[in-house]
Amino acid sequence: MISLGNTGEHGEEEDNTMETIYTLWKRQVIKYFRSRSRIVGSLAQPLLYLLAFGYGFGSVFSKAGQGNYIQFLAPGIIAMSILFTAIFTGIEIIWDRQFGFLKETLVAPVSRLSIMLGRTLGGATVATVQGTIVLVLAMFVGFRFTNYSQVPLALLFMFLIAILFTAMGTAIASVLEDMQGFQLIMNFLVMPIFFLSGSLFPLSNLPFAMVIATRIDPMTYGIDGLRGVLGGIAQFGITLDLLVLGGITALFLAIGSYLFTKIQV
Amino acid sequence: MQFPRLVEIRSSLTKFYYESSAFAKFHVMLKDPICHLTCLSATGIIFLVANIISVKNLTKKFDVFTAVDDISFDVGKGEIFAFLGPNGAGKSTTIKMLTTLLSPTSGSMSINGQDPSHAQDAVRKSFGIVFQDPSLDDDLTVMENMELHAALYSVDPKTRKGRITELLKFVDLADKVKWMVKTFSGGMKRRLEIARGLLHHPKILFLDEPTIGLDPQTRNHMWTYLKNVNKKEGMTVFFTTHYMDEAEKNADRIVVIDHGKIIAQGTPIELKKKTNSKTLEDAFLSLTGHEIRNEEAGAVDQLRQHRRAWGGRR
Repeated sequence: MISLGNTGEHGEEEDNTMETIYTLWKRQVIKYFRSRSRIVGSLAQPLLYLLAFGYGFGSVFSKAGQGNYIQFLAPGIIAMSILFTAIFTGIEIIWDRQFGFLKETLVAPVSRLSIMLGRTLGGATVATVQGTIVLVLAMFVGFRFTNYSQVPLALLFMFLIAILFTAMGTAIASVLEDMQGFQLIMNFLVMPIFFLSGSLFPLSNLPFAMVIATRIDPMTYGIDGLRGVLGGIAQFGITLDLLVLGGITALFLAIGSYLFTKIQV
Repeated sequence: MQFPRLVEIRSSLTKFYYESSAFAKFHVMLKDPICHLTCLSATGIIFLVANIISVKNLTKKFDVFTAVDDISFDVGKGEIFAFLGPNGAGKSTTIKMLTTLLSPTSGSMSINGQDPSHAQDAVRKSFGIVFQDPSLDDDLTVMENMELHAALYSVDPKTRKGRITELLKFVDLADKVKWMVKTFSGGMKRRLEIARGLLHHPKILFLDEPTIGLDPQTRNHMWTYLKNVNKKEGMTVFFTTHYMDEAEKNADRIVVIDHGKIIAQGTPIELKKKTNSKTLEDAFLSLTGHEIRNEEAGAVDQLRQHRRAWGGRR
């Protein structure tokens, strides 16, 4: 039963959908800023990628005539940190379902959809903040904006990527019973999404199979868009990227919401 | 002959006597059909108990396994009701169905006059619940946990703070509002959960093994408080436990369930009489046998183990 409003039998009950969404969003944000060790810990990996790949392949990349590798790589690594943070936030529901706060929300007189939206928007906000921190770090490593007026558009891309993968995590967590399938998801879903998105390499001159794989990967469009907005080099064009990414995000939000409303504890 | 003032009776009293005739009974049924009135006649007095929970032929099947098998029982308004049974008997499954978390395979239920499978929100507003596993947010403070609950249940923002403070005082946590829940002991978490469950003035409080791992002091304190709310506000308490002394001491009425079927019900005294036992524990054992149950470890138990191994990560 998907209904945005509070589907009470009695008409006099106030609709608390917005308060529910806001409250659950706020909860995620508060928790994120409280867990400093988690913030620092999850910044180590993207920083390592930026330094190791950025400086490691930098000279090869520029000798091949592709320009500055850090400039190319940074949007990919920003998207990567968003991907990981977002998918983890979604998958956390598996834990939360048995031992956490989720049960408390599931017996509350609020619609499942508003719970899902609150959590997802909260998780996506956190992932976007995480991505923004990586962006700032990238600037220390040598990344430069081509156009500062594009920053809001960059944030929009980051937020869309974040919503997409939080919703995907939610969808997965809604059908998984325990954490045993977790490794499977990491190896067969999250890592391929990252590696096949063109985050590390240009999408031109690829073998046919890779062309197909990269075009199917929704993250490809997020990264390409981000690259276009931040560094001025988009393969598909920002408009197309935005349309595809927006469409897929809406689709996953719908799938995630549907599966979430079907959770039985 | 005076007409009974039914609405008042319904809202203010839990068990009431009415000196009357068959006409009064009929009238009551007519005006208040959802209340499922049980009428027990005793020497010219009609003794009316309004049932707040009513379960008829409830069944839940998981694939081939029947967890709950055609059970029927009623819980009177204002009763302290114990739902007992060995591990895997079907207690938690029944509670999940009553609290809208699981939909039944067949049968009907009524909670405060509403059907949990259809009028979910109305039912959800009417009860509070303390789960077997804590469902607090460990990374939030006491006050934040309470405020979240208040927001989810649309508790009037004007009276929110006052109500929260009052409840926290009752469970002895008023001086710890700014504490992170993760720093709390098991007993403190339980107390906080009970306070939270009562925040929206529920008509029924479900407690699924609420005193597991609590010391006698905390257990006593908790029951004193619950009985007080039960008396003062007429709140119905529906609880499960493995401590038979707890059920004997606190429950007005008991239902014993085993292998998904109800095998006995009555007051603690009735159950002891029926089985010729001195204590409720003996009565329980004679009803359910001495065989130790092997509950198959489901996904939940495996998660529980993971969680222990991770040192309660969350």
